[in-house]
Amino acid sequence: MAEAFKFELVSPERLLVSEQVESVVIPGAEGEMTVMAQHAPVMTTIKPGVVTLKTVGGKEERYVVFGGFADILPSGCTLLAESAVAVGDIDRADLARRIQEAREDAADAKDDETRSKAEQFLSQLTTLEAALLSA
Amino acid sequence: MASLKDLRNRIASVKATQKITKAMQMVAAAKLRRAQEAAEAARPYSERMGAVLANITQAIGGGGDAPALMTGTGRDDVHLLVVCTAERGLCGGFNSQIARLARDHIRKLLADGKKVKIICVGKKGFDILRRDYGSLILERVDLREVKTLGFANADAIARKVIHLFNEGGFDICTLFYSQFKSVISQVPTAQQIIPAGVASAAAEATAGGNAVYEYEPEPGEILSDLIPRNISVQLFRALLENAAGEMGAKMSAMDNATRNAGDMINKLSITYNRQRQAQITKELIEIISGAEAL
Repeated sequence: MAEAFKFELVSPERLLVSEQVESVVIPGAEGEMTVMAQHAPVMTTIKPGVVTLKTVGGKEERYVVFGGFADILPSGCTLLAESAVAVGDIDRADLARRIQEAREDAADAKDDETRSKAEQFLSQLTTLEAALLSA
Repeated sequence: MASLKDLRNRIASVKATQKITKAMQMVAAAKLRRAQEAAEAARPYSERMGAVLANITQAIGGGGDAPALMTGTGRDDVHLLVVCTAERGLCGGFNSQIARLARDHIRKLLADGKKVKIICVGKKGFDILRRDYGSLILERVDLREVKTLGFANADAIARKVIHLFNEGGFDICTLFYSQFKSVISQVPTAQQIIPAGVASAAAEATAGGNAVYEYEPEPGEILSDLIPRNISVQLFRALLENAAGEMGAKMSAMDNATRNAGDMINKLSITYNRQRQAQITKELIEIISGAEAL
């Protein structure tokens, strides 16, 4: 059995998860990463995606996050999400609205840099939607 | 001297007012609890955000690649004040205290020859500041329709502020809100959010853990993503504290009003009883003297 460590998922509104877990899969900005106990200290931004955590009891929980940060230390991992929902509670309409907004942002972008950023965000959202629909 | 009927009407109306203020007090108490819970639930996020920010600031060491939102424009000619107040009145001196602090600040800045721009969050602050500084108000954010304050509300305001900053609309941004100390004490506070206080953050970092982080992507890039978010978080916290403070102030204001109404009813009842007694005595005298005359 793998060593356990403390994982916390916080959104501005509240603390969603605070428990001992064996591993967490984080959608990092530069690729997915699995965090286990004794991980080297890393700080990374996260993109919209699914966080999967495996609790000590062997249970798997999945949360959808929309951007944020992960602060990883050997002793624990803190995920600051801009907004986070359990996969079971995800609101399809809300997701569709976010995609719509991102699409408008991309269309409204004035210079190339903001446009490429907005388009990147949009593609991340659509990938996420596809992943959720297939799940 | 008011007649008996007038007094009776008066007592009835004060009683009705007392019922209303009592109900408002109870509503405020319930809302206060919810607002306090929301403020407490939001605390972990802003605390951790502060810790992360401190860590990164330390990693960069205040170097040249820190984003402008953090270091400022290097000038302090144009000030933007974000004044957060409540949407509704009937909460004692709550709104006017915040507005007074903002007004003093504005007066000082104007006397120093700076330019001032104002964004009002909440109707009451807007109403107060409009009288003296109407021409300086850029915008008024209306949150009256918002039932439960979400991060999205704060984020929208923060985005406007950052957009304005990027356009070179101002150099320094200060946030005015009321800090929630307890139900009976709310402290109006001015907090500078742009440029963010780098010095204090760095000092905290040395006190905290000195872990050597790997950054993914580069610290500068994370920071440029983190700082705008931090501004949203600060705003969100201010709005939550304000919401709790407003309810606290409203609760004690309504408690006072209920008590005042009670006192008033007592006084009016005494006058009413005296007058009634006087009238009875007068009638008796009339009857007796009428009987004696026969």
